[in-house]
Amino acid sequence: MGVDVIRNLKRSYLLDLLNRNERIDGRDFHSFREIEVVPNVIETAEGSALARIGETQVLAGIKFEVVEPFPSDPDLGVFITNAEFLPLASSMFEPGPPDENSIEFARVVDRGLRSAEVVDLNSFFIEDGKVLGLFLDLYVLDYGGNLFDTGYLAAMSALLNTKFPKIEDGKIIRGEYTGNLDIKRVVTSTTFVKVDRYILIDPLLSEELAADSRLTVAVSDEFVVAMQKGGSGGFKKSDVLKMVDIAFDKRKDLIKYLR
Amino acid sequence: MKKEGIELIKDGKRIDGRDFEDIRKPFRIKLGVLKNANGSAYVEWGKNKIVAGVFGPKEVLPRHLENPHKAIIKCQYSMSTFSSLEEHGRAGPNRRSIELSKVIREALENIVLLEHYPRTMIEVFITVLQAEGGTRVASFTAAVAALIDAGIPMRTIAGGIAVGKVDGQMVVDLGKEEDNYGEADVPMVFTKEGDILLLQMDGMLTKEEVEFALTKGYEKVKNVILPELRRAVEEKYAGEIVKKLEL
Repeated sequence: MGVDVIRNLKRSYLLDLLNRNERIDGRDFHSFREIEVVPNVIETAEGSALARIGETQVLAGIKFEVVEPFPSDPDLGVFITNAEFLPLASSMFEPGPPDENSIEFARVVDRGLRSAEVVDLNSFFIEDGKVLGLFLDLYVLDYGGNLFDTGYLAAMSALLNTKFPKIEDGKIIRGEYTGNLDIKRVVTSTTFVKVDRYILIDPLLSEELAADSRLTVAVSDEFVVAMQKGGSGGFKKSDVLKMVDIAFDKRKDLIKYLR
Repeated sequence: MKKEGIELIKDGKRIDGRDFEDIRKPFRIKLGVLKNANGSAYVEWGKNKIVAGVFGPKEVLPRHLENPHKAIIKCQYSMSTFSSLEEHGRAGPNRRSIELSKVIREALENIVLLEHYPRTMIEVFITVLQAEGGTRVASFTAAVAALIDAGIPMRTIAGGIAVGKVDGQMVVDLGKEEDNYGEADVPMVFTKEGDILLLQMDGMLTKEEVEFALTKGYEKVKNVILPELRRAVEEKYAGEIVKKLEL
């Protein structure tokens, strides 16, 4: 109930601003907040990166394990994405098993990376019954809206800076590497919210709470590789196509943080 | 994603013999299939067999979720342990079913007139008994049918469809092999008016292909899915109304 009252207040405040062509933090409708991506922040992980968009911070860590392949793909490596909504990141997060938002976040980041075949899982085969498993874990450290794009930046930067472990006798030799993980494509995402008739990119938390609906569009060079709508509001076809265009356009900026 | 050696399109036909824009058969909706639920529906869509049951509006549990302005929807999508041709599935929610329950619920929240029932809860349970790809959009459609059967007022109706890409060709209503080995899948829910309430996508598509999916998806919802929903409602209720009017 509390959230609902706040939502209505925030929404009317936000709409007043939007009607005057303004946003809460002074940005125009189609600008990102300040972005920062720092790779290799965790020495114990095979790959890592801290991404920040405005007040939102996500730390991605990558570890390898030797695992059994899935029976349906006995020659393919395993790629598993998980998200931790740390209670220290927001008073809205509670300790405990992942809730639907955390699961959705991890699965949507996973979807884009998997669709674009960012990592070649064929190269993860070790021997019959043994493959490498890549565990990508997304730790939300500070939540100020737009987890999805922050998560994609952190994940992608971590993958681009991941060292490939040395394997001997079917085991990982920790601390020794044979080179860098081969990355086939770079995925970026742009997240939009619709508030009344306005479409905003990179929503603040308060904009997310007041929004009718949300759409994340993940793209590789020339393809859309994942989309996910959230929220109960509707989109028009023209809205979606416009957002796809903007996602391709924003990619040019976002990719600079992934060099 | 793509697997070599599996030919999904041969001589201009799909692996199950369909044309590119054909919806699987049978496609049949039936209302009122369960006795205890306040509303229920059964959907057969290709080899998908899905049952949905609705309870409520009823007391909210746990109480703190109660909203003084509107009803809340609780939605649970699940697959039976024997629903897939492969291994025995695990019972209970998993990460996939939790995500799908969320996107189905959000789409339902758009059309149900929640403000008519403040401080209540509407429960929507969907079980996929047998699965053949496209279960989330078939499940959404089953849920709408069950809500209608329960007499829950809605501002409009909506239905789901998936459009995707297999062997370089855009096709409507992916079957199981197309879902598993195709290049892209776009599950969608549209209202009668064409508003998009559920939209997901995986695989690789150009902007033009996304546009095709949205255009074709709405066309099929409007011309195939919603008319069948209407037929199912009339099948159960039109007869009764006529009977009651017999003086």
